[in-house]
Amino acid sequence: MSDKSRIDEPTGTATVGHEWDGIEELNTPLPRWWLWTFYATIAWAAVYVVLFPAWPMVNSATRGMLEWSSRGDLKAELAAQDAKRAPIAKAIAATAITDLAARPELMEAAIQGGSAAFKVHCVQCHGAGGAGVAGAYPSLTDDDWLWGGDLAAIETTLTHGIRNPDHTETRFNVMPAFGKDGILDTAAINDLVSHVRVISRQEKPSASSARGAVLFEANCVACHGTNGEGIRELGGPKLTDAVWLYGGSREAIAKTIYAPRNGVMPRWNDKLDAVTIKMLSAYVHSLGGGEDAPAPVLTAQPKGEADNG
Amino acid sequence: MANPDALAGAEGPLYVARKGVYPKKVDGPFRRLKWLIMAVTLAIYYGTPWIRWDRGPYAPDQAVLVDLANRRFYMFQIEIWPHEFYYVAGLLIMAGIGLFLVTSAVGRAWCGYACPQTVWTDLFQHVDRLIDGDRNAQIRLANGPWTLEKIGKRTLKYGLYLAIAFWTGGAWIMYFADAPTLTREFWTGEAASVAYATVGVLTATTFVLGGFMREQVCIYMCPWPRIQTAMMDEKSLLVTYKDWRGEPRGSLKTALAHPGSVGDCVDCNQCVAVCPTGIDIRTGPQIGCITCALCIDACDHVMAQVGRPRGLIDYCALDDVAVERAGGTAQPVLKTLLRPRLMVYLAIWCAIGLAMLFTLGQRTRLDLAVQHERSPLHVQLSDGMIRNNYTLKLRNMEARPRKVAISVSGLPGAQLWTETGSREKASQRVEMTISPDSVTRVRLFIAAPADGPARQDFTIATQGRDGDARGDADTIQFDRPEAR
Repeated sequence: MSDKSRIDEPTGTATVGHEWDGIEELNTPLPRWWLWTFYATIAWAAVYVVLFPAWPMVNSATRGMLEWSSRGDLKAELAAQDAKRAPIAKAIAATAITDLAARPELMEAAIQGGSAAFKVHCVQCHGAGGAGVAGAYPSLTDDDWLWGGDLAAIETTLTHGIRNPDHTETRFNVMPAFGKDGILDTAAINDLVSHVRVISRQEKPSASSARGAVLFEANCVACHGTNGEGIRELGGPKLTDAVWLYGGSREAIAKTIYAPRNGVMPRWNDKLDAVTIKMLSAYVHSLGGGEDAPAPVLTAQPKGEADNG
Repeated sequence: MANPDALAGAEGPLYVARKGVYPKKVDGPFRRLKWLIMAVTLAIYYGTPWIRWDRGPYAPDQAVLVDLANRRFYMFQIEIWPHEFYYVAGLLIMAGIGLFLVTSAVGRAWCGYACPQTVWTDLFQHVDRLIDGDRNAQIRLANGPWTLEKIGKRTLKYGLYLAIAFWTGGAWIMYFADAPTLTREFWTGEAASVAYATVGVLTATTFVLGGFMREQVCIYMCPWPRIQTAMMDEKSLLVTYKDWRGEPRGSLKTALAHPGSVGDCVDCNQCVAVCPTGIDIRTGPQIGCITCALCIDACDHVMAQVGRPRGLIDYCALDDVAVERAGGTAQPVLKTLLRPRLMVYLAIWCAIGLAMLFTLGQRTRLDLAVQHERSPLHVQLSDGMIRNNYTLKLRNMEARPRKVAISVSGLPGAQLWTETGSREKASQRVEMTISPDSVTRVRLFIAAPADGPARQDFTIATQGRDGDARGDADTIQFDRPEAR
């Protein structure tokens, strides 16, 4: 190889002796600082291997003298975030839900926190964004509320649940199974369906609906109101609007009257802390259907909430 | 560890130590041009962050500020938001094409005059001359023993290096925060750790690259010399030793004794002595030549002394080299500069610049982006209407609060309200005040009659309500449940 080495005429530099189709390589020495840089990187690597995780072992890697790990970093970051949030959580805990609206920065934080908690605890039934599931679980985004849609009412529902068998403070009502338990026969149920379809403006009045109106008067007004406008305090659904949890078609209404579902919502006061429930309430209230607090109760009767409970 | 200089292959050493470069002081038009450019570039670099620019109470009053935390870029009256980053991309493209233009016109002028490595190396070489004296004194001191005087001079010199390097690193961070505040915080220990780290790193790189690596950076580390060679053509100006005029070299004595037997080069070695990268230009064009033209100044000086015409070393294009070698006269520089290639570069460069200026003048500072909320797409309301939810991002890019109106068109019977309003107060338009220099997120609820197409396009528009009626609009869908 080196016997082919020669001095290149134009540059005066020796070639290394390789030759490919007439192309040769000049033997240009590297600068010395480059070599020192190379040694420095080797020294750096040696220090790094001692300080940081480096060598793969059977189950893990060497830990390094600094005991650094990316999981440790994450833990520290999470702790820092928690510490950052602590004052806000404390402020939310100290603020009654009805006063939250007067503190926009707390309200915003509560909605953010509620949005995160909702994705963990609520979407299984109520769907992403509280869209609900037609015929099974209520939409939380509409303006129709069975038990009330102001912040305090939502908080109560979340805290105590609906038809919770093991809890005395739970929101409770039961719609009788008119068909299944033989209270009404098929023809009567059919007439009742006609009447409900008429008051919800889905059908024109007929002989059947006229018979149904009499049956409604006798069986339904206690919970659904004289004109089917619903009774919030009892959780009696409004029948005159366009929102139907279990469907508004003839078949769906008939099915409900025959064998109602009496859906259950778990209470959350045994699973979530009060701040999280407050945040969830704020979030659900913000979804689009949230109602203002019933003002007269608050001003005239400061202890109104306890009375209602 | 073996001494690297002793590591040798069959044909000589594998590694070489850096040869000392001690450029001699020189004066002349190119040296003065270098002084001027150095003064201007350093003044711009160190001074710019301290220029104040009043933008009112809602925006910083620093003329040039890269506000990374708030994602704003301020440059005098121009404010760039992150979504307008294409202006910065445009500036970078202009810089690239500008480099094409300059390089194909005058060769490696960037390397010779404006590159920070060149400017700071030049500055540090002046420090060398200030402390150690000119070339010969520097060489004597470098080769001499470590006397008390040498230790003193070296300490002083490296101290000055460090001071310049620290000032350089310190000036850099001023572009990223309010300069007076940051300066105070820096010295009281309250600045962010990244500020200290940045100053530390830049001080170290300036100290090492400007004080010690110098021409090694240009020759071994920098990719520009290689790339710029590709941008040059046979009409680009190069610093050229006119060997047909200078060779064979001979002293004045020889020239007097045997007239006509020697060329104009008197072999005085001044061109080598003044070269900041330590090359000999007489061996021809080479990668080490940054075309700083100091050798032209030196040679012209000597030619004047010996009574010969200037320009033995001069800027000269490869084409002209051939013409002059054959005894012709090179065409005037202006004609070389007006060639089509340069005109095309110049036209592209100007077109991008003008287009950016035009769009900067045209852009609205009130911007709307609408997102249709997807879960749920539509909500059945109890009175039979359908509601859709939208998230509006209102960008107020002016440093003043704005009163704006939001309205819809193309959706008959629509009622709109925001999260702070309610359906009872819903109407055809919503008015609000948005904060200065910020993005306001608004949830907009729109209810419309249920009879209509399952998916309907309509427009949400925003408009200034405080004198400036310009605004923005976005077309988006309204979704209804499929007919059952």
